[in-house]
Amino acid sequence: MKYETVIGLEVHAQLKTKTKIFCRCPTEFGAAPNDQVCQICLGMPGVLPVLNKKAVEHAIKAGLALNCEISETTKFDRKNYFYPDLPKGYQISQYDAPVCMSGHLMIDGKKIRIHRAHLEEDAGKLVHAGAAGLHGSDYSLVDFNRSGVPLLEIVSEPDITSPEEAKNYLTELRNILRYIDVCDGNLEEGSFRCDANVSLRPVGQKELGTKAEIKNVNSFRAVQKAIQSEIERQSKILDDGGRVVQESRLWNEADGKTHSMRSKEEAHDYRYFPDPDLVPLSIESAWIAEIRATLPELPEEKRQRYVNSHGLSLDDAAVLAESKDLADFFDETLKLGANAKLAANLLIGPTTAYTNDNKIEFTETKLTAKNLADLIAAIDSGKLGSTNAKKLLLDLLATEGDVNKVIEEKGLAQLSNEDELRKMVEDVLAKSQAQVEQYRSGKTKIRQFFFGEVMKISKGKANPEVTNKILDELLPQPEST
Amino acid sequence: MTDVIGKTISEIKQLISSKQISAREVATLHIEHAKRNDKETNAFICLTEELALKQADAVDKNFASGGELPALGGVPICLKDNICVPDYPTTCGSKILENFKPPYQATSANRLFEAGAVCIGKGNLDEFAMGSSNENSAFSITRNPWNLKKVPGGSSGGPAVAVASGYSSIGFGSDTGGSIRLPASFCGIVGMKPTYGLVSRFGLVAYASSLDQIGPFGNSVEDCALALAVIVGKDPKDSTSIDDPFGKFNTKKYPALDMNFAKSLTGHDGSLKGIKIGVLNDLLGEGLESEVRAATENGIKVFKELGAEVDEVKVDHLDIALPVYYIIATAEASANLSRYDGVRYGARDKDSQDLMSMYMSTRSAGFGAEVKRRIMLGTYALSTGYYDAYYKKAQQVRRLIKEAFDKAFEKYDVLISPTSPTVAFGLGEKTDDPLTMYLSDIATIPINLAGLPGISVPCGFGREGLPIGMQLVGPQLSDARLLTVAHAFEKSVGFASKRSPLATVAR
Repeated sequence: MKYETVIGLEVHAQLKTKTKIFCRCPTEFGAAPNDQVCQICLGMPGVLPVLNKKAVEHAIKAGLALNCEISETTKFDRKNYFYPDLPKGYQISQYDAPVCMSGHLMIDGKKIRIHRAHLEEDAGKLVHAGAAGLHGSDYSLVDFNRSGVPLLEIVSEPDITSPEEAKNYLTELRNILRYIDVCDGNLEEGSFRCDANVSLRPVGQKELGTKAEIKNVNSFRAVQKAIQSEIERQSKILDDGGRVVQESRLWNEADGKTHSMRSKEEAHDYRYFPDPDLVPLSIESAWIAEIRATLPELPEEKRQRYVNSHGLSLDDAAVLAESKDLADFFDETLKLGANAKLAANLLIGPTTAYTNDNKIEFTETKLTAKNLADLIAAIDSGKLGSTNAKKLLLDLLATEGDVNKVIEEKGLAQLSNEDELRKMVEDVLAKSQAQVEQYRSGKTKIRQFFFGEVMKISKGKANPEVTNKILDELLPQPEST
Repeated sequence: MTDVIGKTISEIKQLISSKQISAREVATLHIEHAKRNDKETNAFICLTEELALKQADAVDKNFASGGELPALGGVPICLKDNICVPDYPTTCGSKILENFKPPYQATSANRLFEAGAVCIGKGNLDEFAMGSSNENSAFSITRNPWNLKKVPGGSSGGPAVAVASGYSSIGFGSDTGGSIRLPASFCGIVGMKPTYGLVSRFGLVAYASSLDQIGPFGNSVEDCALALAVIVGKDPKDSTSIDDPFGKFNTKKYPALDMNFAKSLTGHDGSLKGIKIGVLNDLLGEGLESEVRAATENGIKVFKELGAEVDEVKVDHLDIALPVYYIIATAEASANLSRYDGVRYGARDKDSQDLMSMYMSTRSAGFGAEVKRRIMLGTYALSTGYYDAYYKKAQQVRRLIKEAFDKAFEKYDVLISPTSPTVAFGLGEKTDDPLTMYLSDIATIPINLAGLPGISVPCGFGREGLPIGMQLVGPQLSDARLLTVAHAFEKSVGFASKRSPLATVAR
């Protein structure tokens, strides 16, 4: 039978605050175990949570960037369950009055709705001794550094229909959160985590099929692969006349399959109720407006502008917009009057190749917008040829310098003087009588040889346009064959 | 040796400031009295002698160098053992926290110590403040100093008995459904639960967070006022503590509960002219002991003599406050007590081979029967399928109760009732019947549900010479006015100077 895939994604984004959501412990990644803990995030008797305003501000900012409605009043609830990494025996989360509701993202022109986004505290982390996982380990230790780190859980509607779309949604979501600087989106450090709900239904059926929740997907590629594998697993069950069981499944990168988690742990009744230690929070519209005013231009708007106002291809626009650093740099270059297409080409092609080769971030290069604009102006004016332009760009990525000075110092300026070039062409033709004869006889491909010789003599500085023009003038008329 | 046992704050401060005695001597005499007599009463879970002497010495040193005696300079206090003080165990009367020493201090303890209070010890309590008789402590059963065969009331029985026995001048408990007022009533002293949010809960081990409030015990209303004035105020560590309680939220213009007010209390002329008092008639019905009724009626007479207008009043829904309380309090408790899982601190069953059995055996062995009962009740009330019928409904009724009180306070300044329908009952008399036990708090519980200030003042003695308390209740943030009315009543009803045999014997 033909099935339609229905995917909903739950993302836990760690909010970039200096301190935890309910205490003053730092949130930095990588500290020694239990170095960033206090009586509050350890859940000692008699302590109380106090809400971090910055976490709420980040949540509102994210909500606005995701086109959500921001709740006028929101509150915190206790989600009750026992686990050693959960110090209070409950997690402070938001149940029925999340800070953000009903948003959406545009993915390749399609609207993916966001159901809600709510604030919650992270749990600690178990470290198992004597084995890679819990099973077979001698004992387990708990690191509470992560306990109480603020998270925004962003829940999509089941609007996603393919693994690729899921990947694109996540890419865009992470990109937005990075644009607005509320989450560093680092998957390896766990600051951007994703669970995928996957179900199938026969094409044309309205009701949703039974879903499985896939956990432990640590990269966007893994999300795609895990969903694909889950689609195949569920199709086979349905084709064989079976029924999909509602459960959580763990993605295993090694065998490329999802595996059922113990279903006993699924029988949770979280017994949510309002946390009496925290008062309900009123979010005033003035505060929302204040936060809204700090929102930068978002990726989707940038892409639209690049295509519509600057004539870039959608692909190029997408590459630039994917990194806020790159896009901001591009915009700065444009402000200095640079040609948009040239700027885009130089940033996407040689610059990206350079950062990839050297395994560095774009921000770590020495290139300035002024230098790039000057470089492009030199190309535009014919002062710099494309070969030397590339060479110079690599220099500017690696070391600081003034474009025009470097052109002069290194003698990179293009030779466009017609008299000088005419003399060079005449010399080449005089020395290459045999080739000229071949050309005359109709082997016009040999024209490239003359061009190459001129470049050699000029040390690559000959203006190709002018050189070609002179070649046209001085070469004999080829016989038609 | 100067007589310091059973004295009020001002009496002790007078003795110290007139150099008749040092703070250290005051502390030592109280500790000796406790060491000699508390074997019978079990008011303390532990004495904090070293801390007391250190604090007393600091008071003496400061005073000797020309400083003024601070608000509670040299005054011996007892803190209920669910209020955290570093370096000593905070057990909450539970095996599960038997050896737990908090590395932090409760905000209220901070404020008391900064005001020169001298901590004699940590007071016994019903485990996790759950109980009405102080028989639920995992360590020992506290006894009433008026009659050692009687309960002192709970759950703050320890600090109540400490004050009533003269081990400390004042004491501090927590009141979730009557846990200060009931033992105050049973022990013949004054005990007050302030408006919810007036005193920081930081460092108070939570039972039911939306109801818990720390408050004082004293030999007089004035002592409660002085003690309370020291601990009230916004605490940035407690989001539910009220910011500027007598400023921007004080739309009714109640007097501020501060040190100036507390000091001015003695100057009050005692007249209650213009004060309207409502007698909660629902609490005068079935189950009320005749001598309690008689003492209450005598109290009403006293109020009238003082010039107050007194009427009977019906506040709606009081009849269902008890079940509402036992849903909300237990629901909150079920979550609050989840942290005692043996993972990070406190008791743990070390023999368990897996996580689930460690949880189960640790908690089975660590908690007593009443705590388990309430965890189960609360867990049930929050469960899927029952939440709407229990927890949610209870919250709705709680709002109705609050509104019913608001309505009554449109007409009355103060509402009164017996603090408890009975005098102190016998040890073991109600332990097998939790429901009967729960009825001890029938008059005090609604006050917590509505977040109101309530105070119990001695108003007479019943059979076997057991004390009887009158409960006075005011609107939110009217704590200072309530104390003024209670002070006038106390002076006229005339039991303020009565001390228990234990506090008297020591003299």
